[in-house]
Amino acid sequence: MASDVSLPARFGDFGGRYVPETLVAAHQELEDAYAVARGDPVFQAELDDLLHHYVGRPTPLYFAERLTGECGGARIWIKREDLAHTGAHKINNALGQALLARRLGKPRIIAETGAGQHGVATATVCAMLGLECAVYMGTEDIHRQSLNVFRMKMLGATVVPVDTGSRTLKDAINEAMRDWVTNVATTHYLIGSAIGPHPFPTIVRDFQSVIGREARAQMLEQAGRLPDVAVACVGGGSNAIGLFHPFLDDPVRLVGVEAGGDGISSGRHAASLVAGRPGVLHGTKTYLLQDQAGQIRETHSLSAGLDYPGVGPEHSWLKTSERAEYVSVDDRQALEGFQALTRGEGIIPALEPSHAVYHALALARSLRPDQNLLIGLSGRGDKDMHTVAAALGVTL
Amino acid sequence: MSERLRQRFADPRPPGEPLFIPYVTAGYPRREDTVPILLAMEEAGAGVIELGVPFSDPLADGATIQHANQVALEQGVTLRDCLAFVREARARGLQAPVLLMGYYNPILALGEARAAAEAAAAGVDGFIVVDLPPEEAASFLAECRANHLSFVPLVAPTTSEQRLPRVAAVADAFLYVVSVAGTTGGHGGVPDALPGFLDMVRRHTSLPLAVGFGISTREHVAAIGRFADAAVIGSAIIAAIDAAGRQRPVERVREFVEDVTGH
Repeated sequence: MASDVSLPARFGDFGGRYVPETLVAAHQELEDAYAVARGDPVFQAELDDLLHHYVGRPTPLYFAERLTGECGGARIWIKREDLAHTGAHKINNALGQALLARRLGKPRIIAETGAGQHGVATATVCAMLGLECAVYMGTEDIHRQSLNVFRMKMLGATVVPVDTGSRTLKDAINEAMRDWVTNVATTHYLIGSAIGPHPFPTIVRDFQSVIGREARAQMLEQAGRLPDVAVACVGGGSNAIGLFHPFLDDPVRLVGVEAGGDGISSGRHAASLVAGRPGVLHGTKTYLLQDQAGQIRETHSLSAGLDYPGVGPEHSWLKTSERAEYVSVDDRQALEGFQALTRGEGIIPALEPSHAVYHALALARSLRPDQNLLIGLSGRGDKDMHTVAAALGVTL
Repeated sequence: MSERLRQRFADPRPPGEPLFIPYVTAGYPRREDTVPILLAMEEAGAGVIELGVPFSDPLADGATIQHANQVALEQGVTLRDCLAFVREARARGLQAPVLLMGYYNPILALGEARAAAEAAAAGVDGFIVVDLPPEEAASFLAECRANHLSFVPLVAPTTSEQRLPRVAAVADAFLYVVSVAGTTGGHGGVPDALPGFLDMVRRHTSLPLAVGFGISTREHVAAIGRFADAAVIGSAIIAAIDAAGRQRPVERVREFVEDVTGH
């Protein structure tokens, strides 16, 4: 029974399950199935096997020697989720949830995507498992991430354009929820970040925690100690919570970097934790960018993957409990981070973790050479070449 | 609980004739249309009125009501504006119970206690909050009770029989039964499974049942009357306003409601 296996629905005051009645049963069913699956060695063995042989885990931990020298401060280590299959951390969660959906007997998967990385990861695992796949994507994002749109189509997914609201990730989630409300009997909604109603934030965090578990073990092995600081970008916050969670009980400073867009003072940004206040959106209580009347504000970021007015509820809890700190990095600074890692180490990052790179380099300069700083590099930058070129005034 | 709402369901009606509950989004198509629309709905025979509180992310609504929300928000319509509309309609003689229907965040932003107190003072009778299932409703439910407002929970085709007592427990005036799994604005009419489903719901509550979602015509409402106490139409009313190019919306709504109620 559900009561024997149910998972905590809240992180402090945040989280919960604010969903239309039609979807309550599906969330309960998912919670029950996941609570059993996560204690089931057969499920875990299949997941681990695919993470190893299909995704390519463990991903490397790389010591960035040149950047460390340039900064003249802390030793900089990079957790290379860009080297996971499909080029980002999104596959960790997509694979886990797709296996869950198969357990639930649901043959159809829907997903939302912003940058397209979650859409590609979902389309990929659906191709591998033989599941039908539809991906909702804002038309603004379809425009700026056309390469990923084509990848999804090649993988056999249907990409459904969403032309409402700000035509970005938030609106894609609304439309995916509407699909789910209508087709809940046959469909699993494979949410791509640690957001949404309970149990999604817990499920996504658990599947992404492989990042932090590996990084923790690799730091101990390669650096001989834990990092002093771990830095990751935060949109919905799945890669950050995946990196942070295994360090929560360690003396490790945790820093999340949100998208500052044109700058916080401009009002054109996506920094929910830095500049928002608590509310309820997409089924969860969390920090939101909203106006006085509770309407959700449109957001802006150069990076489609961070362009979201909310954030995972566990991050809201980590902020208010002061276990983690959250800062913002604007578009221009993110481009600097992008160029620094590209030229300094020969690693082309996605624009999302470029935010984390910029802040991490600044932080490293303020630390001592015997200290260690860990960056979560959530994905690679191939998808962003057109955006970067345009921002730098280059015509491809 | 709203006494006005309880009394309205208790008032004698011709056998088989359900209460008709029309819906309109506040501020649609223009701010100045809302109060006249509420009054016209009553004159045309509405039993209860649902006034939609606009929200930026109406994820349980189909395209028609999404668009109405967007138009209202472009005019800056807030929850407090909705309360002002009801206050003015009451001052102009509106007698029908009015329920505010919408999403939770605008209520949270105003503050649950303040939202309930100001709603009661404005002459509102209760709330239908689409994304506030009973498990999350405790604090707002308490504020509604303290202000003699009804909290109307939704029941869906996916609601299990084991769960029904929990849903019924938060209701005090009636339960809103969603006829089909989906968003607002369907045209499916009365599903074959509905009578059996309503029977199951009645095993767990003695309160009246209203049916909505997918109901769009006089025939649908008449059919609902055989199984339930009230029928809700929303998207089809917005669509009727749209079909007339948003010209003379008050008259369009009046005609629509008269057609359904036979007034």
